[in-house]
Amino acid sequence: MNTGTMKNTNLLPGKAGMKVHLKQQKIAPYIFVLPFILSFSIFFLYPIISTVIMSFQEILGPKDVTFIGLKNYRNMINEHFFNAIWVTTRYTFLTILVLVPLPMILAVFLNRRKTIGRNFFRSAFFIPALTSVIVAGLFFRLAFGEQDTTLVNMILGVFGLPKRTWLQQGSTAMMVMVIVCTWRWLGVNIIYFLSGLQSIPVEQYESASIDGANEWQKFLRITVPGLKPVIIYVVTISVYGGYAMFSESYLLFGPRSPGDIGLTLVSLIYQLGFFENNLGAGSAVGITLLGIVMLINMVQLTLTGFFKKESD
Amino acid sequence: MISNSIKKRLISLALLVLMIAIAMFCLGPLFFLLSSSFKPGSEMIRNGITLKLDIGKMNLNNYKLLWEGKDGIYLYWYRNSVIITFLGTVLSLILSSLVGYGLAMYKFKGRNFLFILILIVMMTPIEILILPLYKLSIAIRFIDTYRGVILPFAVSPFAVFFFRQYAGKLSREFMDAGRIDGCSEFGIYFRIMMPLMLPAFGAMTILQAMSNWNAFVWPLIVLRSNEMLTLPIGLQSLLTPYGNNYDLLLSGVVMSIIPIMIVFWCNQKAFISGLTVGGVKG
Repeated sequence: MNTGTMKNTNLLPGKAGMKVHLKQQKIAPYIFVLPFILSFSIFFLYPIISTVIMSFQEILGPKDVTFIGLKNYRNMINEHFFNAIWVTTRYTFLTILVLVPLPMILAVFLNRRKTIGRNFFRSAFFIPALTSVIVAGLFFRLAFGEQDTTLVNMILGVFGLPKRTWLQQGSTAMMVMVIVCTWRWLGVNIIYFLSGLQSIPVEQYESASIDGANEWQKFLRITVPGLKPVIIYVVTISVYGGYAMFSESYLLFGPRSPGDIGLTLVSLIYQLGFFENNLGAGSAVGITLLGIVMLINMVQLTLTGFFKKESD
Repeated sequence: MISNSIKKRLISLALLVLMIAIAMFCLGPLFFLLSSSFKPGSEMIRNGITLKLDIGKMNLNNYKLLWEGKDGIYLYWYRNSVIITFLGTVLSLILSSLVGYGLAMYKFKGRNFLFILILIVMMTPIEILILPLYKLSIAIRFIDTYRGVILPFAVSPFAVFFFRQYAGKLSREFMDAGRIDGCSEFGIYFRIMMPLMLPAFGAMTILQAMSNWNAFVWPLIVLRSNEMLTLPIGLQSLLTPYGNNYDLLLSGVVMSIIPIMIVFWCNQKAFISGLTVGGVKG
């Protein structure tokens, strides 16, 4: 279109110049996108292909590689693996359970003009997202430590509740991981919901008020449906964030957690690859995880009608 | 009617209490880390993080360790983080903006396909690829180098997406004007369009710098020797099975947060606009 309009102007460069221009316009976009093509091929496509191949191999050294078919996958199916799937899935589910409704409600409050100190609260909720995972890991590791005097046990003591060794039991360890995740991402999700709220027309609330709807009804009938795209987006990023969880567990429990209580699928990949030097087995877990994430993404994209849009 | 307004007030009060509680949950950890950083590390091992402030016991010894502790290794980590953040951010902005601009402004064969590839990369957690990327890094001598940390993620799909969104709103008439004046396509980008995209660069600089500064998983894998570590990786290395070196850890963590906090206070809007354009409304 842009070249079409040029043909009618008198300011045209000569015919030869025009040709050079058109040729340049055809080649230029490929040069612009070249960085992505290169980085995609080298650092994404090639690693995926190589991990698929490795998952069928036994790798004892750089030159000592044997093809062993599906053996890595067969060996993979053991207690550790199922435990990792269970921990990862539970973690993902619980983080969604907390990190969708809570930020949504907080965003609604922050969006109301009447709320006191809106800017302060918004910044306060967002600040944890600025910090590296080491900050959250260090604090919660100490706060949920086993000493009687440490923060959480001390607070429990005030209420006369028994002290616990939080980071050594499965159920409480999971709770701490979810708390760490909530601390880190609450503010970010609030920002997403706040931006979603701006796109709900005010008239909808006004006409609901005329019809005599109360705040709660407005929230359920207008706000929640209006935020549907944001909810879908937040659920999606939580699903793959959850299934890719590694750093939080690594910092709370170290590379190997007691009784596998913090063993996620990525921790398992890390252990197999870097402690047991078994790149083949680690790759098999990686491919399985990739399959899980892709499957969930496909389902999610289909549900949101992404593929319909593209085919138009 | 009166009871109704009292009810409303009570609800508002309850909400305010809830918000204050959550704000304390968000800010409390930073406050406790700060106050603990003035206490001896042995205190952390014995008592953990306590509510007692014990101002008498507080001192700046842990902060002296930043220079002196372990032969001043912390300064190496700081230097590495600064260099990697700077180079990584500059490179990522240049490359990602070129790609985003190209995708937004030109119609060419394979454009939609490329766009789908970008979405696929965006939706694939890099944690899945740590083993093959590690193997590749050994082969191309990336292990324990700055380029090894920076290059694999230099083209950020999120930044590409952001620049594409921003460039798409610019008028193509500027490009035609440039062509008439005899600019090459790249001249048009660097002389005309890039200056128009400066606000997008502002927002992305901050977000990319923050994510480079805080990066954990990939640097943990690719960096090996103690003098090459970045701050998050160096600091986590102080947590060992043989006892934790809390003295340096606490003051080190505090000092690693301060630069981001300063940038955040100066540019809150850029943080937020950078985050929200990423496709929520797509």
